[in-house]
Amino acid sequence: MIRARLIWIVLGYGGLAAGACLLAPLVGSTHISLARAFDRSIPFADNVDAQIFFVARMPRVLTGAIVGSTLAAAGVVMQALLGNPLATPFTLGVSTGAALGAVLAITFGSSLAVSALASVPLASLAGAVVASAIVYVLATRPGRPISTMVLLLAGVTLNAFFSALILFVQYAADFTQAYRTIRWLMGDLDVGGFEPIVAALPMVLVALGLFAFLPRSLNLLSVGADVASTRGVDVGRTQRLAFLSASLATAAAVSLAGPIGFVGIVVPHLVRLMVGVDHRIVLPASALFGAAFLVGCDLIARTVLAPVEVPVGVVTAMLGGPFFLWLLVRKS
Amino acid sequence: MLRADNVSFGYEGGFSLRDATVVVSPGSLTGLLGPNGCGKTTLLKLLCGVLRPQAGRVLLGDRAVESMTRRGLARRVAVVPQETHPAFDYSVLEMVLMGRHPHLGAFQLEGPADLEIARASLEATGTAHLAARNYMTLSGGEKQRVIIASALAQATEFLLLDEPTASLDLGYQLEVAALLARLNRERKVTMVLATHDLNLAASLCDRLVVMRDGRVLAQGATTDVLTGDMVRQLYDVDADVAFHPRAGHLTVVPVRRLA
Repeated sequence: MIRARLIWIVLGYGGLAAGACLLAPLVGSTHISLARAFDRSIPFADNVDAQIFFVARMPRVLTGAIVGSTLAAAGVVMQALLGNPLATPFTLGVSTGAALGAVLAITFGSSLAVSALASVPLASLAGAVVASAIVYVLATRPGRPISTMVLLLAGVTLNAFFSALILFVQYAADFTQAYRTIRWLMGDLDVGGFEPIVAALPMVLVALGLFAFLPRSLNLLSVGADVASTRGVDVGRTQRLAFLSASLATAAAVSLAGPIGFVGIVVPHLVRLMVGVDHRIVLPASALFGAAFLVGCDLIARTVLAPVEVPVGVVTAMLGGPFFLWLLVRKS
Repeated sequence: MLRADNVSFGYEGGFSLRDATVVVSPGSLTGLLGPNGCGKTTLLKLLCGVLRPQAGRVLLGDRAVESMTRRGLARRVAVVPQETHPAFDYSVLEMVLMGRHPHLGAFQLEGPADLEIARASLEATGTAHLAARNYMTLSGGEKQRVIIASALAQATEFLLLDEPTASLDLGYQLEVAALLARLNRERKVTMVLATHDLNLAASLCDRLVVMRDGRVLAQGATTDVLTGDMVRQLYDVDADVAFHPRAGHLTVVPVRRLA
């Protein structure tokens, strides 16, 4: 029963994600044909359709798929870990840490001798790692389960603290730097080529691989830590694995495309409305639907005011914000 | 046999359990009685390994509980908590199938045999008709029976229950009590039951452990332990304890609080 459901849902949502990735690059200022883009009889150098499809548009679409997938799955894990359906991948401070790193690199990077520190993706990754490490150290005690209350409070406090630091750095920044910071904070899937994707992919794959160990334990954890423990879950180990893998996934996604909000909460809830709440189904379905969702949002961002592009973070927030509020109201 | 040997445990400095020795023999239905904060829940959590004793040891057979894996322990001891509040609205069948967790491999999905056990557990608790319902839509009594079914699906020798009837009305209290008595009798599940309900304990338990201020005051057969004197020691309440011919067991009628 669950095996058959799992197979159908993975096939269905996988088809949706694959379809979105194939069709989204066809849409844009220049019309191209899918058949011609994949026509191997025309040399690539002469095939304008293939060049636009693979070189100009595919990196952006793939980034959308990877980031959407990663943030949605990380959202599912965070919600189960914290036992709170309103948690997001950004609740525990990972994205604000990443933002602080990015802002520092944008503002002070050019004056640094070490060029690696001037790289915004690396700096944001470092910021995310530092933030996760701080929250982890605050919330864990050796040999004891993590207190989700301490975890939440530490995350929320760190978010506020890092936001204040970001404002402080912003205050010191010049006009161009402040503008670049704002643009980074909006999120941007236009990463400019395949190299950033290849660089982020190992982290994403490790995180998604670790997620595969979690679903049944997350089911029990979301019923209650003591219940999970007496049903045979090693609660401390599951919590640490969930926290570290979700933080890694979020760090990778944010360093690649900036903090794109609401994917990590909208997608898991939409998926739960469609397939129920069993994490063995919700986690893979969210990963696949998240890919399709963000690629779709980016398509809207590229076309709704064409030739002007709306930042994709604005689209996800404008779709996600009202949805989130509706969820809140419906719950109470 | 499940036993606590001179165990002590304290939260943040103070002791909530001191030098407690409790023996749970196979097939018995043991009641844990005592006022609020006497250490009943702490003792249950020590017996099921959720807490580790700071002194003494808890033994399952001849093995120390803390040396066992969570998984290995969960195959032998199941727990029914006082209340269960899932963060997500699982179906009743999903909740009960979670009891199969310690019997499944890391990536294994439940098979027909697991489903059969879950169905049988639902039958045994009279909740089979609720299988497709969502847990959060159930009444308090239905929820408690579903959680008991989930613990039964673990197929363990021992079942520890923390005030399983505390949030139930009189009808459901008797229903859950009858269910527990039947499971103890027919499935030979050994049970430990922490409760504030003296009459429930009198009707259900063949043995009692009474606790106050983190210490075990007495343990033994229900008829020996449950006396007016004991009720006074435990709760500072003057009570009549008498055999009730129609009920077929001891009953406790509290008369007044002693200052």
